[in-house]
Amino acid sequence: MNSNSFAGAPHAHDQDSVPRLMGAVLLAILPATLYGLLLFGWPAFNLLAITVLMGLLCEAGCLWLAGRPIRPGLMDGSALLTGVLLALSLPPWAPWWIGAIGVGFAIVVGKQVFGGTGQNIFNPAMLARVMLLVSFPVEMTTWLTPHPWWSGTSPGWLEGWLITFGHSTATDGVTGATILGYARTELGMNHSLSQILPGHYQAGAAALGWTGGSLGETAEWLVLLGGLWLLWRRVITWYIPVGMLGAVLVLASGFHLLDPQRFADPMLHLLSGGLMLGAFFMATDPVTSPISSWGQIVFGVGCGVLVYIIRTWGGYPEGVAFAVVLMNAATPLIDHYIRPRAYGRTWSGKPRLVPAHAKQSPLARKSGVDSRD
Amino acid sequence: MNDYRGIFADGLWHNNMVFAQMLALCPLMAVTSTATNGLGMGLATTAVLLASNTVVASLRNWIAPEVRIPVFVLLIASLVTLADMAINAWLHELYKVLGLFIPLIVVNCGVLGRAESFASKNPVPAAAADGLAMGLGLTLALVLIGACREILGSATLFSHASLLLGSSFTFLETTLIEDYHGFLLMLLPPGGFLVLGFLLAGKRVIERMTEQREVKEEFHCSVQ
Repeated sequence: MNSNSFAGAPHAHDQDSVPRLMGAVLLAILPATLYGLLLFGWPAFNLLAITVLMGLLCEAGCLWLAGRPIRPGLMDGSALLTGVLLALSLPPWAPWWIGAIGVGFAIVVGKQVFGGTGQNIFNPAMLARVMLLVSFPVEMTTWLTPHPWWSGTSPGWLEGWLITFGHSTATDGVTGATILGYARTELGMNHSLSQILPGHYQAGAAALGWTGGSLGETAEWLVLLGGLWLLWRRVITWYIPVGMLGAVLVLASGFHLLDPQRFADPMLHLLSGGLMLGAFFMATDPVTSPISSWGQIVFGVGCGVLVYIIRTWGGYPEGVAFAVVLMNAATPLIDHYIRPRAYGRTWSGKPRLVPAHAKQSPLARKSGVDSRD
Repeated sequence: MNDYRGIFADGLWHNNMVFAQMLALCPLMAVTSTATNGLGMGLATTAVLLASNTVVASLRNWIAPEVRIPVFVLLIASLVTLADMAINAWLHELYKVLGLFIPLIVVNCGVLGRAESFASKNPVPAAAADGLAMGLGLTLALVLIGACREILGSATLFSHASLLLGSSFTFLETTLIEDYHGFLLMLLPPGGFLVLGFLLAGKRVIERMTEQREVKEEFHCSVQ
């Protein structure tokens, strides 16, 4: 050990900390955020600014009330990340109070009430989205077709603020249902998918984000890219995203093969709504997901199954937030039943018997070092 | 125990049925979507509590300890049935709103709890005072939570109060914000839990502050 620090063992430290973790996630979600801002213009930027500022304000207020140090709590980036993730899951032109109430609920009720960062049971951003969707269904389902910054139809800076503060509403003809919402409504009127989808859905446009939807759920490929980068950086593990996306893929393929007129094809499910964002950025929250790898797989598959069930048979067209929050609630149960094997013990907890030929490890034999050294 | 001041302090604050004992939460979540409903439910429960405590205390020497719980339940059930019929007869509009929950007063743990822990061990006047105090404490909690949920959820206060109290109380019905969007979550049961949680936290803050003040005053006295 040539380390200069006199800390206790273990001496190897990979420099991970909450601020670094949050920074990495923020960096990963940045491209999708910027792209969303480009697509939806100033009102979306205003909403993002409001959620982030209100999030930091609420965090500071709660820390002050609890008598804990404010600066480190604010600088760890968790409130910032909650604000960004919530803004990404909101309709881009939502009025300011949606963002403010949502992020206040996320920080105060979703996180600080349980004891602050690392203590929460539910993912704060998803909890806030569920609360907003239940409380304000009209504002939360007014979707906008993209108005890119370069197209000329995007509102200017001043007009953007007017829209955010509710003085000027989005005019008719620019709003439309998301593909999932539209398909739900039309299916309810006994139309078949081959009548519904043409003209409303192209897989390419959906993947590129050229569809109406939340700020961060349109640019699927950038979200995917950010998620893969997080995987590569080992900030998250593959168990939850693969479990979640895989479950949706398997279920959607199976039902689509059974009845293509009733059940949408798997690509539509993967490329629309907040599934990518949920799978890589919401469900993988280390605080609210299981610890063991098998537990994480169960968690991910559970999320995916719930998403498909809610989308197909539930009361809402989109169910990622509900699925994640429900599985968050099941996390302690999963952790109780699926535990990692303790070192030196069998799965049932008995001491593991070491076979005679393995008593001396190969490494020790080669270097001639006694294992007690 | 004949310390009536203590009994009322217990019922209204220190040992409040909702804010300290955490009993009666089922009717609390179910009916407190408006302050008026809370008031109606609270008053009905108060009447039942007052009557049940009185009856149990007056019969306490004849009830064998082995069968006391069934006897208490039977007494309370009869009284609740009376209250149910009375409200149906004289406050029919309110009955239509609270209908289902009036018979459920019988399963309110608070009523049985007072019979068991207080009325069965105390003389009639003290037991009656305890029933009244506990009932008023519960009413206070129900109205408070109902008011919070109503203000946040629909920006009104004491809506439909005239149904409960008569047309002379129409002035209580206020609309705080015209053209309010509505905050649906507050009117649903989760809103009840959230408001209850924040009010509980508020009560503890107040208690801690008074405690600190008392400590400070004692310190000053001892210095002088």
